Amino acid sequence: MKAAVVTDRFTTISGRPINRLYTRDDLQGIDYTRDIGDPGVFPYTRGIHPTGYHGKLWTMRQFAGFGTPEDTNRRYRALGAAGGTGLSVAFDLPTLMGRDPDHPLSLGEVGKCGVNVTSLADMETLFDGIRLGGITTSMTINSPAAMLFAMYLVVAEQQDADWTTLSGTIQNDILKEFIAQKEYIFPPRPSMRLITDIFAFCSREVPAWNTISVSGYHIREAGATAAQELAFTLRDGIEYVQWGVDAGLAVDDFVPRMSFFFNAHSDFFEEIAKYRAARALWAQAMRDRFGATSERSWKLRFHAQTAGVSLTSQQPYNNVVRTALQAMAAVLGGTNSLHTNSLDEALALPTEEAATLALRTQQIIAYESGVTGIVDALGGSYFVEKLTKDLEDESRACFDTIDRMGGMVEAIERGFPQQEIAESAYRFQQAVERKDKVIVGVNDFVQEDEAPIQTLYIDERAGDTQLAKLETLKRTRDGDRVRRALDRMRDAAATDLSLMPPILEAVRAYATIGEMCDVLRDVWGEYEEVPVI
Amino acid sequence: MMRNLRVVIAKPGLDGHDRGAKVIARALRDAGMEVIYTGLRQTPEQIVSAALQEDADVIGLSILSGAHNHIAPRLMALLKEEGLDDVLVLIGGIIPDVDIPKLEAIGVGGIFLPGTPMQKIIDFINANARTRV
Repeated sequence: MKAAVVTDRFTTISGRPINRLYTRDDLQGIDYTRDIGDPGVFPYTRGIHPTGYHGKLWTMRQFAGFGTPEDTNRRYRALGAAGGTGLSVAFDLPTLMGRDPDHPLSLGEVGKCGVNVTSLADMETLFDGIRLGGITTSMTINSPAAMLFAMYLVVAEQQDADWTTLSGTIQNDILKEFIAQKEYIFPPRPSMRLITDIFAFCSREVPAWNTISVSGYHIREAGATAAQELAFTLRDGIEYVQWGVDAGLAVDDFVPRMSFFFNAHSDFFEEIAKYRAARALWAQAMRDRFGATSERSWKLRFHAQTAGVSLTSQQPYNNVVRTALQAMAAVLGGTNSLHTNSLDEALALPTEEAATLALRTQQIIAYESGVTGIVDALGGSYFVEKLTKDLEDESRACFDTIDRMGGMVEAIERGFPQQEIAESAYRFQQAVERKDKVIVGVNDFVQEDEAPIQTLYIDERAGDTQLAKLETLKRTRDGDRVRRALDRMRDAAATDLSLMPPILEAVRAYATIGEMCDVLRDVWGEYEEVPVI
Repeated sequence: MMRNLRVVIAKPGLDGHDRGAKVIARALRDAGMEVIYTGLRQTPEQIVSAALQEDADVIGLSILSGAHNHIAPRLMALLKEEGLDDVLVLIGGIIPDVDIPKLEAIGVGGIFLPGTPMQKIIDFINANARTRV
């Protein structure tokens, strides 16, 4: 006899089985005060602000960057004019990988996936006409984060902006690079030391800066489930805190400046539960594991970005709908900052029109949908509370596994998170192939005669321009000053002296990103992973 | 008896997003092919050398960063120099429409964009690759 309800189809996008109905029985074992708490109250499951979005909306921070610094500077001015409330810099692959435009591996990559910034001169151009004292800037930069951050600080200095007033974020999360995105340069241990140098430097000199954005986004994009994204990201956060403590920093001096970055994927309730669980897990880990006493250390602040991997090149207008639903989940989950993807991003970097529509999506949620009026509107939902608790429990079990391996650095060296994510990615692909998971326009509701849409085409001009600028720079700067600064960097890298002062000096001398990273490559070596499939 | 098809899956350029490369590598392996995954940041020279060493019938490149117009011509030229012009070269990733004819003209055998079913790629390889002798 055929069953009345086909239950296998009802799993989340992560493959988590879900029941038809949740009731008060599912809340057994959950204590409201201990496990959930009111908004603004430990463990902050319901949000870090008692007033939710009444006090302040999330920051609408659209990630952008392409071509030359001149090209991207124009886009920033357009985004600002359209009502964007924060800048977010996307760098190209040569910059992310610490290579100058004239390196053989940079061939064809300059300005393609983001803006090329080779030296301080490019950073000056990127923010030309934009007052750094008056905005918040996020920079997606990891292995060479210290160098790009130093460039930003020097541009601020040139504008007479006081470092203590500067606000923004550097991603600076190397662990997720080893785990997922793979834009690493140096081996894990010296990379971690560079990060703790930044923690220490900022706590003294740039106290309002977010020194790290511990990122689940890329882990999820690489194929992780929601539970894996949550567990690996939070465990990465714990790893950074442990390294900071081991480097002699006091928890409450640097943890309040740590922030997080999560994916906003397509499974609506699972995502909302994930953000709620993240806040509770972090608060508990900071208080109970590290003895943090400042509420600011307990409160997890996060940025969210809608899921790039969910975008389809087929029927691209469908992506507007996907992005709107994902953004709504992030807002209902209490995100502090949000990027919405553009409809054309499975095909290319976004056009200005597409990027504007993506921003409008956030504005419609913020000003028209009414969801900003209530704090954690889904709190108390039998389903959402149960899912939140399950995700928390699974994360704690994963923390134990990684603790037993000796920590996240050791787990990465063994390939543990990498292998887990590859498994999930393959399982999801198989589910799509079997149509167990339907992707509208891709494996169902397919349309054969689609008209192509206009996309942004980035030609080779950026590469040529940046190469020419590099040649001029090398001719006109003070070569001796560059060499002396690079030597000081080399000396510091070989000891445990802070690297930030010599990096700032090298930046002021207009040393290039390639030159600075080469010095560290010489001292520390380069990381190579053992590929697992 | 014919041996199984041998496929080198490579990730050229500076990009590290390897989800697609790894998923297709596993799918081809599960479909009975011998798959060699080179890992990240391979130059065209390294890929051709891997193809030679592994006696590959197929090379699959995963490129998402926009560097295909530089990487593919170099790779095709090197294959010709090595006498490997009968190796089937495939590209998977983000390739703008306008670049597809250019890549086909230099001998790229198949270009697969986001959302392509794995089975379609497996069928394409089975129909178009031949085990080299």
